[in-house]
Amino acid sequence: MADQAQDSTSSAPFALRVDGVSHSYGSRKALDNVSFTVPQGSFTALLGPNGAGKSTLFSLITRLFNTRSGEISILGYPLRGQSTEALRRLGVVFQARTLDLDLSIRQNLIYHAALHGIGRKAAEARIEDILKTSELAERLGEKARNLSGGQLRRIEIVRAFMHKPRLILLDEPTTGLDIKSRAEIVSEVRRLVEEENVSVLWATHLIDEIDASDRVVVLHRGTVLAEGRVEDVTEAENAETIHDAFTRLTGLARLEGARQMETLR
Amino acid sequence: MSEAVARSNRSDVQSSGDAQSRRFSASAYAICARGIIWREALRFLHQRERFVSALVRPLLWLFIFAAGFRQVLGVSIVPPYQTYILYEVYITPGLIGMILLFNGMQSSLSMVYDRETGTMKTLLVSPLPRWFLLVSKLAAGVAVGVLQVYVFLAIAWFWEVRPAWQGYVYVLPALVLTGLMLGSLGMLLSSLVQQLENFAGIMNFVIFPMYFASSALYPLWRVQESSPALYMICQFNPFTHAVELVRFALYQQFNLQAFVIVVGCTAAFLGAAILAYDPARGTIARKKRD
Repeated sequence: MADQAQDSTSSAPFALRVDGVSHSYGSRKALDNVSFTVPQGSFTALLGPNGAGKSTLFSLITRLFNTRSGEISILGYPLRGQSTEALRRLGVVFQARTLDLDLSIRQNLIYHAALHGIGRKAAEARIEDILKTSELAERLGEKARNLSGGQLRRIEIVRAFMHKPRLILLDEPTTGLDIKSRAEIVSEVRRLVEEENVSVLWATHLIDEIDASDRVVVLHRGTVLAEGRVEDVTEAENAETIHDAFTRLTGLARLEGARQMETLR
Repeated sequence: MSEAVARSNRSDVQSSGDAQSRRFSASAYAICARGIIWREALRFLHQRERFVSALVRPLLWLFIFAAGFRQVLGVSIVPPYQTYILYEVYITPGLIGMILLFNGMQSSLSMVYDRETGTMKTLLVSPLPRWFLLVSKLAAGVAVGVLQVYVFLAIAWFWEVRPAWQGYVYVLPALVLTGLMLGSLGMLLSSLVQQLENFAGIMNFVIFPMYFASSALYPLWRVQESSPALYMICQFNPFTHAVELVRFALYQQFNLQAFVIVVGCTAAFLGAAILAYDPARGTIARKKRD
């Protein structure tokens, strides 16, 4: 908490601020005047079916694409103008697997640290720090290829934390994993969030990954339909659960988790 | 940790304005470049087939093609050579160019692959300037290519291609420069290619024309005799000048014209590649779903 207070005094109450952002691919509008915030220290879920524009939004926040209209800032640093400052405070877990399968886990992590200008020694210490209680600590020397999908994902999460970011972005981190691995990942991220006191934007279409105490941003067809604490959004829609609220907001047929949504894409 | 964060935030506020350049020390840049080169070296070690095939290709040309053409193509005394030379000797700089050409295209192929798998994203999300990341990536590719050339030269020595020992030293900067030129060309192409499948076409339309329409296989005066038009094309091919730069350097001579052209082309290709990978203007921003 002390951490948060200090951070917020530095004129940045928001870990992430997306303000009036639009983006099109040719004539197709992927994002239309999207605005929302991730307050410092919050766990914010970006909820939306596939095709809602989550991946485009992530490409903009990570500056893979340039924001052409609107503004995005991370911890008060606008991506346009102070991208270095913004990006160094950002940790990302992409939807696609991005570990080098031929390299060992340790090599992958050290490579990532180097991309942030962190030397090998500091990186090793940091790995030990993050993985101290995890059974993955014993497998650092193994090639990434030997790990299961869930384990790879957990290593990617560790990687995102390597450079001590203040904001973590996760793009559907549990896609394609079994229930047990999914639960492990959700709890792993929540544990790290608590320990490191970072803010999180977690994109998902799986409602069961959201806690009652989280914040939620509902994105559908490139526009934000609702934003706020889970209970507030639920209440505003006169719904029983966030699931019902989501269904009402998006006008999508009732869905159990993700499966049907995938076909809607 | 909380203190450190607070402190760094305060200093950010003070130095805002040109905070971008001040934040990372030179050693952070060095660590980053070393990390990128180190990863490329590790990957290279894991792909031994790539190394072998990169060597077999020019060696086949040297052992078979050159031996067969030795009788057909007489090579008169042209600079930098001071005596009549064997065709194997003539073709060696061209084959060095070929190694670097294939290597440059191969690294760009791996960039397209990296983009498809998402590895490229993790590189580009680094807070260090993007031009620096791309140049480091390029340097990594060049290091691998130069290594291949020296192994090739060592084998060629046993095939009686024996420049003076100083030549092996003189040629190094020429190799680096040529590698940079071809690597940045590859990088530029990689930004234009959307998918891996399209790459084979680029290889055919770039590698083969560049290689054959150059001074790699035959001296340009011979080309001029048979086709003035082709001679013109060869003159406009930057690969010709890269080969000549290497050829002269191998015999401890400096070819100013070739040097200027290769430096100019490197700057142009690299500038265009950095622009293409720039999120504001680049071609990657126009891709649908990267």
